Amino acid sequence: MLDRRKVVASMLARRGETLLVTGLGSTTWDAAACGDRDDNFYLWGAMGGAAMAGLGLAIAQPARRVLVLTGDGEQLMGLGALATIAVQAPTNLAIAVIDNERYGETGMQLTHTAHGVDLASVASACGFAVAETIREPGTVERGCEMLFDETGPVMVVFKVADRKSPMVLPTRDGPWIKNRFRRAVTGRADE
Amino acid sequence: MQEIADALCRTLVESGVRQVGFVPDAGHAALIEHFARRDNVRSVVLTTEEEGIALCCGAWLGGQRAVLLLQSSGVGNCINMLAMVKECRFPLLMLVTMRGQWGEFNPWQVPMGQATADALRGAGMIVQPVDEAMRVVETVQAATRLAFASYRAVAVLIGQRVVGSKTFADDVPGP
Repeated sequence: MLDRRKVVASMLARRGETLLVTGLGSTTWDAAACGDRDDNFYLWGAMGGAAMAGLGLAIAQPARRVLVLTGDGEQLMGLGALATIAVQAPTNLAIAVIDNERYGETGMQLTHTAHGVDLASVASACGFAVAETIREPGTVERGCEMLFDETGPVMVVFKVADRKSPMVLPTRDGPWIKNRFRRAVTGRADE
Repeated sequence: MQEIADALCRTLVESGVRQVGFVPDAGHAALIEHFARRDNVRSVVLTTEEEGIALCCGAWLGGQRAVLLLQSSGVGNCINMLAMVKECRFPLLMLVTMRGQWGEFNPWQVPMGQATADALRGAGMIVQPVDEAMRVVETVQAATRLAFASYRAVAVLIGQRVVGSKTFADDVPGP
């Protein structure tokens, strides 16, 4: 099984100027553990919304790569978003699902992916251009490359161990995160 | 709604709206068609209205203005996602066509239709009802300014009196 922090570290080391949206819970802590950046937008709530926030951003910024980093539970709550994204077919949007088959913030209860629901297959059936599941350490680099290099929409699911990682908390003040991100992307927070 | 859809589309585009999220809806049908003909606006068809809340937030993060078109029944689907709007103080503009309010035929539309304004206010949105067709465009113009110039979440509730009541008259025999 993969180690989530190592996967996310390998991934974000490659991001360059990619804009990042993280889903609530563990993937927000994973991103924060790799260092805070102005062009990180962390969700602390609004479960199921990460992929769609990524879509709105990807449409608004077609010249920029947009990465949504989220968990299996968060993506399961926004399953319909995969259909919506596939219809829009944003070539600059990638979704990385860190899949530990657990709801990490509520007591590590099993999610649907523990019972066989395959998020990459769902994305593929919806019409994503690329949808892969990575299980072996030897293919993590290839999975990370897909997120940044393949024409989107891309989904890469990383099957990770269900060990809890130390919590690394970024700022949780909503207006500050939003305005900082928007200024980093557009040069202005307000208009 | 048919008659004002062109003016409504024009005013929204002129105010800088570049993304429109919607679940197909009879009341908004003409407006949705007008947006579809605009090359400079991206139409995003949703599977559920809450997707549109996150879409509008993402659009703003990327420097674009968006609008969400929905029916009152879809408002209930949005509530938890509105936490992102309120906590981050995202501007948000939604145009809601009302059901369950004025001459409704389908009793299943009444509970959410009657709860729409309170639900939106409870989630932190400013609610602006409009019940006359001639006032819809000016109300939307004002709501657009309130949303994007004052960074507020604003819902315009377009009354069923304006939208027209669906009667199913063509489909079922009358009582």
